[in-house]
Amino acid sequence: MSIPRFWRNIKSRYDLIGKQCKSCKSIYFPPRNFCPKCRRIGELEDYKLKGKGEVVTYTIIRTPPDGFDMVSPYIMGIVELEEGPMLTTQIVDADVNEIYIGMPVERVFRKIGEDGDAGLIYYGYKFRPAPKEE
Amino acid sequence: MNRVAVIGLGLTKFGEMWDSSFTRLFVEAGAAAVEDAGMDGKDIGAIYIGNMSGGRFIDQEHISSLIADRAGLNPISSTRVEAACASGGLAVRQAIMAINSGMHDIVVAGGVEKMTDVLTEKTTQTLATASDTEWEAFLGMTFPGLYAMMARRHMYEYGTTREQLAMVSVKNHRNAMDNPYAQYHTEITVEQVINSPLVADPLRLLDCSPITDGAACVILASEKKAKDFVDNPVYITGSGQASSTISLHSREKITTVDATVNAAEEAYKRAKKDAKDIQVAEVHDAFTIGEIVAIEGLGFFEKGKGGIATEEGLTERGGKIPVNTSGGLKAKGHPVGATGVAQVVEIALQLRGEAGKRQVDADIGLTHNVGGSGGTAVVHILEK
Repeated sequence: MSIPRFWRNIKSRYDLIGKQCKSCKSIYFPPRNFCPKCRRIGELEDYKLKGKGEVVTYTIIRTPPDGFDMVSPYIMGIVELEEGPMLTTQIVDADVNEIYIGMPVERVFRKIGEDGDAGLIYYGYKFRPAPKEE
Repeated sequence: MNRVAVIGLGLTKFGEMWDSSFTRLFVEAGAAAVEDAGMDGKDIGAIYIGNMSGGRFIDQEHISSLIADRAGLNPISSTRVEAACASGGLAVRQAIMAINSGMHDIVVAGGVEKMTDVLTEKTTQTLATASDTEWEAFLGMTFPGLYAMMARRHMYEYGTTREQLAMVSVKNHRNAMDNPYAQYHTEITVEQVINSPLVADPLRLLDCSPITDGAACVILASEKKAKDFVDNPVYITGSGQASSTISLHSREKITTVDATVNAAEEAYKRAKKDAKDIQVAEVHDAFTIGEIVAIEGLGFFEKGKGGIATEEGLTERGGKIPVNTSGGLKAKGHPVGATGVAQVVEIALQLRGEAGKRQVDADIGLTHNVGGSGGTAVVHILEK
């Protein structure tokens, strides 16, 4: 991914900043530029998500795309955040046999990949099993 | 919509066609369709071509011009349409609309993809661009991975089994045995599927459609004009297309491709038909779970019952509704841009009674073509 294309989304990738529509209160992550419910009368503003949620579904990637061979096999999942939106994420610090639908997870800040040997290092969100609440 | 006649059909052999270039593939399918219609190239009013990624697969954009030029059809207007794996379905629909608008009497709808001129890695990356590049693929998600997540959730919600997924593949490979154009002529067993290498759990290699070169072409005509060429054409009586979120995670339900439901509703309404009227169908089984979700979304079976219906043999030839008599994407092959057109070819052959050993008894059929994990779906209904 090119530098400007990555840089443009750094807030969302680093800090899980989505959008909330001031009109209907819907929360979006990944961020949208336009509220599909309110359309022209919608107005979107930044909304920081807490980064807690649970696994809705998952898979274990065994034939990885370029740049992910070092971490293969790895878990990818869809996580539903407490605030409602769902996102696609790698799930780390969990054994491939340990993951299950409904598992509580929390966001961590990790390296996603790099642009060759001399290019940009991409950081962003991944999720890991959440510690049990006391 | 006014019904539109299908007057010519053309296909290439599907497979790893190393001897055939992109150009040769579409010229071969196009020539076969023109010959089948018993017409001349000069009768054509316009051309629509489904092609997912000439840019990445053969470093060529401006496919529309390339096709008109190399097929010797200049100066006929030529337009490329793209919706990933649903590009072919879009081409058919554009041709129907061009005729229904009154602008043209005879329109070509073709589809072509040349996928083996690049290494497998590049092909896989290209297919992943059908997903949300920034918020799915970039994070390590693969295209089989998306369908795997759909399968996992379907198993969790409805009790669909690993074996039921495998049975889709087994059936489609069996059907392909009787299709000379299919990529594979190899019967497989449930055991072979569930012991094949894991690609993205729970999906294995034999759950996935292959990388395929191929082209398909249909010639459509207004009802009035069709009579100049054929006596009893097959008609397309309904067409539906719908969009949904490009990313799977934004979908209302992970296990329902709502674009399929909406496209089917439009097509049924236009054809004044219902799911229960359909007697044969070609559906988008890019992955085995895709067929199960499709036969539910199209209304052939209740939500969640697609797996058990497959297990009970209801989608076999001779079953309640034969699905993917051609072998489907899994065994006939999946040259992405050509698939939606090839589906129409198969249903038209079935309705004409020209499907050879795989012939089923049907007067009404349906095609279902999906782009990405369900961002686009196109449905067509054909009648004798």
